[in-house]
Amino acid sequence: MIGFRTLLYKEVLRFYKVFLQTILAPIITALLYLVVFSSTFKGRPDILPGVSYLAFLVPGLMMMSMIQNAFANSSSSLIQSKIAGNLIFILLSPLSTFEFFLAFIGAAVVRAFLVALGIYVAAIVFVAMPMRHPVYLVLFALFGSGALGALGIIAGIWSERFDQLAGFQNFVVVPLSFLSGVFYSLRSLPPIWQTLSKMNPLLYMIDGFRYGFFGLSDVSPLASLGIVIAFFAVISILALALVARGYRLRN
Amino acid sequence: MPVPAIWTEGLEKHFGSVHALRGVDLEVASGEFFGLLGPNGAGKSTLINILAGLTRASAGHARICGHDVLTDYRRSRQALGVVPQEIVFDPFFSVREILRIQAGYFGLKGPENDRWREELLAALMLEDKADANMRALSGGMKRRVLIAQALVHRPQVVILDEPTAGVDVELRASLWVFIRRLHAEGHTIVLTTHYLEEAEALCDRIAILKDGRIAALDRKQALLRRAVHKTLTVTTAEVMRSVPPGLQDKVKKVAEHCVELSLHKGVDSIPGILETLRTAGYTIVDLATEEADLEEVFLELTQGRP
Repeated sequence: MIGFRTLLYKEVLRFYKVFLQTILAPIITALLYLVVFSSTFKGRPDILPGVSYLAFLVPGLMMMSMIQNAFANSSSSLIQSKIAGNLIFILLSPLSTFEFFLAFIGAAVVRAFLVALGIYVAAIVFVAMPMRHPVYLVLFALFGSGALGALGIIAGIWSERFDQLAGFQNFVVVPLSFLSGVFYSLRSLPPIWQTLSKMNPLLYMIDGFRYGFFGLSDVSPLASLGIVIAFFAVISILALALVARGYRLRN
Repeated sequence: MPVPAIWTEGLEKHFGSVHALRGVDLEVASGEFFGLLGPNGAGKSTLINILAGLTRASAGHARICGHDVLTDYRRSRQALGVVPQEIVFDPFFSVREILRIQAGYFGLKGPENDRWREELLAALMLEDKADANMRALSGGMKRRVLIAQALVHRPQVVILDEPTAGVDVELRASLWVFIRRLHAEGHTIVLTTHYLEEAEALCDRIAILKDGRIAALDRKQALLRRAVHKTLTVTTAEVMRSVPPGLQDKVKKVAEHCVELSLHKGVDSIPGILETLRTAGYTIVDLATEEADLEEVFLELTQGRP
């Protein structure tokens, strides 16, 4: 357990040492989205009954930031260590595949939670945020950021150059997180886009997370939770298999 | 029979079409100071990486202190410390943080381990820089941190892959004092180096790798005896105008009153050579013979140099 705790501590310390970039910057970005979109769509009819657009945006932005930062944490740590060569110090140690995996997604989840907490604290200054189902909130946050932390492990292992990782982030994670109902409801989309959106697992993370605040959602929260946990499980199994095989880690 | 510190059997490694290791069988006894030599690309680093679990062998087995590097990797890695060839470091942390984290990976904490890390910092003359970020250290200091990292868990076996490459003379000397101390304390040391005089001075046994195979493996003295050449230096009273025809293919160096000849052991006779010189009109004033050093043995074995 000491080995796992040390790697988790090291990964948390790594992002904490550059918290302006890893914590504060994503909070500011999310707040800018909040200000710009809520001003632009001021006076627009409520998307969810009894929920202002400003309040509607907050959970989506929190979850989108969690998704992006969880992915960025594990993927950037891995690729930096691979390219700088200092990953060798972890690979030389007796840490198991599972300890390695758990420490990396653990740190990704911690960073995601800190960013989300920062956005929440700043948002409640401007808008009241109910918390109807806190257990759902925690579960969606945990499995959502955990899944993206695991996806970050896969991307960090697969990428051999920074531009490959940037491609993964810019062409997969960012589009999927933006097109997952952060700024709109699934029901406001034409049927074809609704169908396509339902293939995006990130949509269920945001919809379910929003349910945790308002008790209202486009998809049944239990179904969403099931999909998010299944997604987490599949991505985790893939990441564990890569680490266990030593793919692009142990030649 | 005591368990060997390092044991390999039939180790093979392919990197695509490159056959980096071709069936390496090796046994290093506990407490040995062992040299692993070979030209670039001979397979030294591949062998070390397999022992450390950084690379997976295509075939064969490897054990550290009796623990298989794949099936019992936790215990094999606990028993092994590796100082990598490249200077690598984590730019986010200070020296002290790096060592504490590295010890933690091995499940170590508590005052006894804290004391050991402080001892390492002192022995490697890193105390003044213990709280400095790794980026702020010189190359030599980073090299010393790498050694400290390899030793935080007090491994029984320490592999040093080119530990003195690019290190100045003073630091090199202090590193060897430290490594000799580790050996005296009972650690098994495996050294790879391009400075063959270091291997000659330090190692009990030496293996020379060539093209992924062990070309020679013997005690240092036995290896030196394998050399087929030795050097004969003859000083003459007369100025050495020209070397007699029968000796010209043996000349290594000619000076005003001196000629240095490379003799093939068992073929060339010193009395015969001296007689040739006397016949050519030279008076022998002095002569000296010098046995081959490890460098010459190395070149003979790896390059087939006559």
